[in-house]
Amino acid sequence: MSATTFSGKTLYDKLWDAHLITEREDGSALIYIDRQIIHEVTSPQAFEGLRLAGRKPWRAGASVATLDHNVPTTPFQSAADIVDETSRLQVTTLQDNTREFGITEFGIGDVRQGIVHVMAPEQGAVLPGMTVVCGDSHTSTNGALGCLAHGIGTSEVEHVLATQTLVAKKMKNMQVKVEGDLGPGVTAKDVVLHIIGVIGTAGGNGHAIEFAGSAIRSLSLEGRMTVCNMSIEAGARAGMVAVDDTTIDYVKGRPYSPTGADWDKAEAYWRTLVSDADARFDTVVEINAADIKPQVSWGTSPEMVIPVDVPLPDPAAESDEVKRSGMLRAYEYMGLKPGIRVGDINVDRVFIGSCTNSRIEDLRAAAAVAKGRKKADSVKQVLVVPGSGLVKQQAEKEGLDKIFLEAGFEWREPGCSMCLAMNPDRLQPGEHCASTSNRNFEGRQGNGGRTHLVSPAMAAAAAVAGHFVDVRELGA
Amino acid sequence: MEKFVKHTGLVAPLDRANVDTDQIIPKQFLKSIKRTGFGPNLFDEWRYLDEGHPGQDNEARPKNPDFVLNKPQYQGASVLLARRNFGCGSSREHAPWALMDFGFRAVIAPSYADIFYNNCFKNGLLPIVLSEATVDGLFKAEAENEAFQLTIDLENQCVLSPSGERFPFEIDEFRKHCLLNGLDEIGLSLQQADAIREYEARRAQSEPWVFQEPAL
Ligand code: SF4
Repeated sequence: MSATTFSGKTLYDKLWDAHLITEREDGSALIYIDRQIIHEVTSPQAFEGLRLAGRKPWRAGASVATLDHNVPTTPFQSAADIVDETSRLQVTTLQDNTREFGITEFGIGDVRQGIVHVMAPEQGAVLPGMTVVCGDSHTSTNGALGCLAHGIGTSEVEHVLATQTLVAKKMKNMQVKVEGDLGPGVTAKDVVLHIIGVIGTAGGNGHAIEFAGSAIRSLSLEGRMTVCNMSIEAGARAGMVAVDDTTIDYVKGRPYSPTGADWDKAEAYWRTLVSDADARFDTVVEINAADIKPQVSWGTSPEMVIPVDVPLPDPAAESDEVKRSGMLRAYEYMGLKPGIRVGDINVDRVFIGSCTNSRIEDLRAAAAVAKGRKKADSVKQVLVVPGSGLVKQQAEKEGLDKIFLEAGFEWREPGCSMCLAMNPDRLQPGEHCASTSNRNFEGRQGNGGRTHLVSPAMAAAAAVAGHFVDVRELGA
Repeated sequence: MEKFVKHTGLVAPLDRANVDTDQIIPKQFLKSIKRTGFGPNLFDEWRYLDEGHPGQDNEARPKNPDFVLNKPQYQGASVLLARRNFGCGSSREHAPWALMDFGFRAVIAPSYADIFYNNCFKNGLLPIVLSEATVDGLFKAEAENEAFQLTIDLENQCVLSPSGERFPFEIDEFRKHCLLNGLDEIGLSLQQADAIREYEARRAQSEPWVFQEPAL
C-alpha cells in the first residue's frame, strides 16, 4: 500500500470484516449475526414462514425475545388479562413460538421484561463486537456498545432465524463528531435532535454513523444509547460509538457477559474496537457541543426541530420547494404558526418513556425536575413508563416513583406505550404532547395527535408549566 | 416470492416527500399475525375520514375524496410515483405487504429509506430510483395525460413512457436475479451452510462468549 492511501479501518469496517462469511461480485455479502432480539409485532410472520418451510432455527440460543409493543402499562398478570383481542393474540403467539422453537423469552411477569433495546443490553445479551439485529428500526440503539446493530424487516427476521446470517451490502462510513463540553441542561437527547436538525432525516441514508468526539465520550453508556437510538431518524440504519472504559464498565457483570479468563480475552479484543487514527470516512460532520441548546421538535418530521429559545421557522424562507410544502403541511397538522415561540405551545399530555429515554438516568433527570413540583392543572396526563422491569425496580429503590406520584404523574409498567400507541396509551386528536420518544410523525402517538420530541428534563418541565419551558431557566 | 420481469401499469402520483411507513400502514394494523390483507388499510389515515381499526368493514367507511387513491381515474393503479425519502421511519415489512396487497408492483421515487427499500425486494415489489428531475418530469407527464401508464422492464433495467422515452435505472445484480426468478433468499443462503459452519467454528474459538448462554 502506498504511503498516500489511508490504510486504517473505521469501527464499522472492523465489525463488518469480522462478520463477513462470503461476498458476491456485486458487493452483496452474507454476514454472520451474533444476536437477534425478537418481539411480538414483527416476528409472527417469520415464525410462520419457518413452519411452512419445515425449517428450524439455525442456533436458537442466538435469539432472545420479549414483549413490549403491545403490552398494557397498567398492571396485569397474564396474557388473558389483555383486553384488546388482537394484542392478546400477538402476545400469546410469541409465547407459543418461543416455546416451539426453543428461544429464551423474557415474558409477562418476568422482571427482566421490557422494551427490546432496553432489556437486551441490560442482560448483557448485546456485547461489544457483536452483530445485532431486531425487527425494529431502533435496533441502532445497541450500537452504543461498540457493535453493529440495525433494524431488519420480517423476511429478514425469518432469514436470520433460519441461517444465522443476513444478506447485506456494506454501508458507507459517516462520522459525526461532537467536540467540546455540553452546556448545563443539555442532554444526549438534545445532542441527537440537534444532529438531526443539522443533517436532516435523510442525511445518513446509506451510511453507518459513528458518533465520536469529546462530547460523545463524556456521555454515559445510557446517553450514548439515546444518541444511537435516533440514528434511524437521521436516515442511518446503524449508529455506533467506539469502545472505551465506559463501555467496558457497563458490560461487566451482566448475565450474558463473559467471566474469568474469557472476560480478559474479551476485554482485550473489545478495546481494539475503535476507528484507526488514519481511517477514512465517506462523510464527516463536525458539531460544536457549545452550540447545542435544549431542543423541541415543532413539526411532523424529526428534522423539524429547533432550540427552545428561537421562534418557529418561516416556510417562506425555505428555498427547497419540497421542503417548503412539507413545512406548510406540518404547520397545518400541528395547528401552529410560524414565528411563535416554543414557550407559547401548550401541552395536553406528557410522555416520558420509549427506547430513547426510559432508562434509569432518564427517569432520574425527569424526577430531578418533578421533585417538589406539581403537574399543571391544564395537563391532562403525564405518563412515566420505565423501559424494563429492572429499570422500574431500580427507580422504586431510589424513590423516583414517589416523586412522580407526588407531582401528579402516573407511574406505569414497562413497555413501548405511547411511543407508538399500539396499546391503550395514546393521544386524542389535536392534543399536543411533550414526548421523550423518537418520532413525531402524523398520528404516531394516536390519530390526530401532535408530538413534540424533547429530553426527559424538558418533558417534566413542560408537565409542570403546562407549556414548553427552557429547563435552563427553571433552576433546581 | 412473486417474480417480477416486465410490468405495464397505471401510475398513481403521491406528491409528498418523506412518506413514512406509519402513513403507509398505521400501527393499529400491525397486530395481524399474517402477511396478507393489509391492502384496504394502505394509507389509512389519508384514505378514510374516520379512524381506522382492524376488523372494520372498510367498504362502509367514509372515504376522503381528495386522496389520490380514492379518485376514480386511479382505480387499478399498480405503479406508485412518489417523492424523495419514501418509506422512512419504522422497519415494518407490513408497508411493502400493504402496497402489494393493494395492487402495486413498483414504486418510482428519487430516494428511499434503506430498510423499506430492502424490504420491498423480499416481497417482489420493485422500488425504482430515478433522478429528482426525471421524477418531477413524470409527475408533470402524469398530470397532463389521462390514464398515464408506464412500462417497467426489469431485464433491461428501464422505465418506458407511452411517448417512447426510456429511463434507465440501477439495481443490484443479485436483487435483480432474485426478482426475475422469484427466488427464496433463505434457500439460497442455506446453500452456504458449510461456510456458515466453518465461520462459526472459528468464532467459537476466538470469541467463545458470543456462543455462550447463561443459566437464566
Ligand atoms: S419504544 Fe417506540 S421506538 Fe422503541 S421499540 Fe418501542 S415502539 Fe419502537
